[in-house]
Amino acid sequence: MSEERRRAFISGNEATAEGGIAGGCRHFFGYPITPQNKIPEYMSEHLPLIGGVYLQAESEVAAINMVYGASAAGARVMTTSSSPGIALMQEGLSYMLGAELPAVLVNMVRGGPGLGNIAVAQSDYWLATRGAGHGDGRCITLTPYSVQELHDFTARAFEIADRYQNITMVLADAILASMMEPCELIPRREMDPPDRPYAVGPHDSAERERNIVNSLWVDFDVMEAVNLRNEERYARAAAEITDWDEFGSDDPQILLCAYGISARICESAVMRAEEAGVRMRLLRPKTVFPFPTQPIREWAERVDAVLVVELSMGQFVEDVRLAVEGRCPVDLLGRAGGNMPSVTDVVNRVREVATKAGVSVG
Amino acid sequence: MTEAATLINPYPEALTDVEMRYCPGCTHGTAHRLVAEVIDELGVKDRTIAVATVGCSVYAYEYFNTDAVQAAHGRGPAVATGIKRVHPDSVVFTYQGDGDLASIGMGEVVHAAARGENFTIIFINNAVFGMTQGQMAPTTLVGQKTTTSPRGRTTAEAGWPIRVCELLNTLEGPGFIAREALTTPPRIRSAKKSIRRAFETQLAGEGFALVELLSTCSAWWGMTPVEAVYHIEDVMIEHYPLQTFRDRLAEAGRSEGDGNA
Ligand SMILES: Cc1ncc(C[n+]2csc(CCOP(=O)(O)OP(=O)(O)O)c2C)c(N)n1
Ligand code: SF4
Ligand SMILES: [Mg+2]
Repeated sequence: MSEERRRAFISGNEATAEGGIAGGCRHFFGYPITPQNKIPEYMSEHLPLIGGVYLQAESEVAAINMVYGASAAGARVMTTSSSPGIALMQEGLSYMLGAELPAVLVNMVRGGPGLGNIAVAQSDYWLATRGAGHGDGRCITLTPYSVQELHDFTARAFEIADRYQNITMVLADAILASMMEPCELIPRREMDPPDRPYAVGPHDSAERERNIVNSLWVDFDVMEAVNLRNEERYARAAAEITDWDEFGSDDPQILLCAYGISARICESAVMRAEEAGVRMRLLRPKTVFPFPTQPIREWAERVDAVLVVELSMGQFVEDVRLAVEGRCPVDLLGRAGGNMPSVTDVVNRVREVATKAGVSVG
Repeated sequence: MTEAATLINPYPEALTDVEMRYCPGCTHGTAHRLVAEVIDELGVKDRTIAVATVGCSVYAYEYFNTDAVQAAHGRGPAVATGIKRVHPDSVVFTYQGDGDLASIGMGEVVHAAARGENFTIIFINNAVFGMTQGQMAPTTLVGQKTTTSPRGRTTAEAGWPIRVCELLNTLEGPGFIAREALTTPPRIRSAKKSIRRAFETQLAGEGFALVELLSTCSAWWGMTPVEAVYHIEDVMIEHYPLQTFRDRLAEAGRSEGDGNA
């Protein structure tokens, strides 16, 4: 971390908002929804003071379409919401993927389905990694597990979005949104406008052709070419920005896989490995699209079993199974509706999974 | 066009010369021409951004010779809001049908109007969903037959048609609201004046401006283009009176907007 960073004790929501500003966001459109209301509140306070624009949209449908317009006009732009709001944005996201436009989106996931509740959940994993509405497009998805990472990942999401001309989503949850932790803040700075030769805006027609931002491609080959370009971007992203962290035994019997808030619980479980009598290692994706398939696959060759911990009835576990491809058993500890496993629950489950896999549990 | 015709009535620079996909006799083409002439007259082509929406005019980005963004069905006013908030010095207009604006997009247009969002809407009311093959629109008249009101629209089943100008005129945000009809030459000249006024209102920073144009859809009205024009004159205008509902520039005693503001 560079020395210029200022240390603050702030909530995840505030760290996210300030991360957006540090990443160059000067345009924010959003619609209030718990548990992320502190973000639009923060933006409405700060953006007008630094020459930016905060606008409260009439709905998430409008918000994402304002984002579409602002991105087409060349702005670093962001919207934030929580599960039901992200569901409403799906058509707009698909249009942005079809038009190959960058923007940053944050989902502070809450319990569902339906109006659900405002408690912690990780049940929008499919919406994030498979979603982005109809069609083949995908959101590049970053999964922070601390207030610091919310800040850093949100700032970085702007650079990633422009690099791949693709929506970049920060996927977190109600606890990360609300909890307070120390955070080293990236200093704000003036940034050059992003390089978007395709953006619309006042210009001299002697100097460039007119620009059209569009997602309507009736010609089959042209439409396929959009999809191929997106696939090429995802392949590049997989090679360049796939990110994860590992923690624990170098010779594990059980590999724990978890992202975000679940990884915090698993970290504590790994610290109790000796007491559990099982050697454990945690692999924690920091990006879930692109997904760290390779390291999970490599560990799957060496461990006796994998245990996935997530706050959903089993979404993230599917990507882990695709990575493991039958190399070892994969088990799931999933909770929903705002409930979380305790560290003891995880430790006990690790012992069960290890026993089932033939490990002599100490 | 003959050379003489071109001299008297030059082809607008703000229109491309690609062949339009509209049905013969459709007044979408007339509306495009009028908008393009106004853009030329105001000298704002290079800072104009057209927002094409979803309906028969979905290809408007191919026809207007300006920067353009294609928006999802009904979301034109939200997209225009995003553009205009990034480039306040641009001239932004959406081009929307009655299904796009008054059905799926009613929320976006009302809120853009209420915010006094400083852009212009060209609203084509042809009382049907043209593009999807003539289904009932929120503007379809009582008794009018469409492909989803085959016995004619009844109020018992589908309620009453929406008068968009009158509805928006209850709000403080709009700077200009007018309804015109694309029928006879005098009416078309009047329509052009209102379109010009709607752009001048934007240039003067006087907020949201909307021109509703009663427009034909001979294809789905089951009429010839000429019969369709008479249908507007004889039937539609009675329900949708032609009127300038709001003209803030005139209220402020400004007969001409500042074209270079
Ligand atoms: C979300 C969504 N729903 C439905 C459609 C299908 N659709 C395309 S155009 C249209 C109606 C257009 O009618 P209008 O706006 O009146 O335009 P017109 O063709 O009459 O000029 C519909 C329903 C769509 N493209 N997107
Ligand atoms: S279907 Fe109707 S609105 Fe569409 S182009 Fe044909 S006549 Fe015009
Ligand atoms: Mg219509």
